[in-house]
Amino acid sequence: MEITNYLGLAVILFALGAATVLLRRNAIIVFMGVELMLNATNLAFVTFARMHGDLTGQVLAFFVMVVAAAEVVVGLAIIIMIFRARRSASVDDVNLLQS
Amino acid sequence: MTATGGEAALFWVLAPLMVLASLGLLVARKAVHAAICVMFVMVCLAILYVAQEAPFLGVVQVVVYTGAVMMLFLFVLMLVGIDAADSLTETIRGQRWIGVLLGVGLAVVLLGVISRAAFPPAVGLAEANAVTNPVALARLMFSEYVLAMEVVGVLLVTAALAGLVLTHRRRLSSRPTQRALAAAKVAALPEGKTITPLPAPGVYAQNNAMDTPALGPDGRPLEHSVPRVLRIRGQQRSATAVLAAEETLVGRELAEAGLLTAEADPPGTSSGTSTGLDSDGPDSDGPAPDGPATDEEGR
Repeated sequence: MEITNYLGLAVILFALGAATVLLRRNAIIVFMGVELMLNATNLAFVTFARMHGDLTGQVLAFFVMVVAAAEVVVGLAIIIMIFRARRSASVDDVNLLQS
Repeated sequence: MTATGGEAALFWVLAPLMVLASLGLLVARKAVHAAICVMFVMVCLAILYVAQEAPFLGVVQVVVYTGAVMMLFLFVLMLVGIDAADSLTETIRGQRWIGVLLGVGLAVVLLGVISRAAFPPAVGLAEANAVTNPVALARLMFSEYVLAMEVVGVLLVTAALAGLVLTHRRRLSSRPTQRALAAAKVAALPEGKTITPLPAPGVYAQNNAMDTPALGPDGRPLEHSVPRVLRIRGQQRSATAVLAAEETLVGRELAEAGLLTAEADPPGTSSGTSTGLDSDGPDSDGPAPDGPATDEEGR
């Protein structure tokens, strides 16, 4: 098995995450799609680190994880705030700036 | 570089499962099912990290993603409402097909790039991981990337503050004082409200349950001593039925006592019908409702 198979898996996961972001309406599920994309990039980072024999890829993956954790906190807080105001977690209902 | 047989087997077992779980995220109707699918993908990714000579990242993946991030997701799902299903109406016409097209297109483009790219022969991490993977990572992080580490620390503090600020709700009116609450209670007296806690349900000699009303000082049952939920469901028992049952019990006991005395003195004149042989826990004080307003528990 070639190591590049891991990259193929990462690409498929990334595309599925992107499709989730595009297709789903529930803000929480959309957010999970973003998380899946971040995880796919992490897999690519780890694979490249192994490919090049350089640990920098793993360091980058670690930073991605930390930033993702921070991003989840803020994003979910925003979702809760919107839910409190609109009683809905659907991204279609958020049109406060429209009118 | 080709992976060993064991790793290949692991990959070919896990990769289809991960893709299936990601599809589950895409199509699951309920948000909780989607969250569980994502958790599965993340645990599988941790296994793959360990297989790819990154044990530290594998552990961090489990701790941070499945342990913290997904738990946070589940908490928010519980706050928002677990049955918040997606709506099926399309607000933008043809959005679904455009989304599918874009997703497939992205996958095709990226896969094409990977298949066309000429990768150098893979080195492997045996040399870089000579001083164990976590030590090597730490040396890199705290020497070359120390600035990034500090910035990340600032980011985490900022995120924690943002979480606090965003979910904080400002109190629009001042908190009511105890005096104001008492005054409101007294003011509500003419509307039939009571100041005291509600009376507790009745305690009888043979019956001590939530569904039997207590008796007031005048001997009449207090309907509001039964919890409201039971009253609305129509599951309360009437006090008269309980009292009648206790009356018969007292009568039976009196009859037995009479029988005993009759047996003791004149053997012929047995008064009463001694049908009850099973006197389980005879309480001599028959209908003695010592229930009302002894308990301070308000319902």
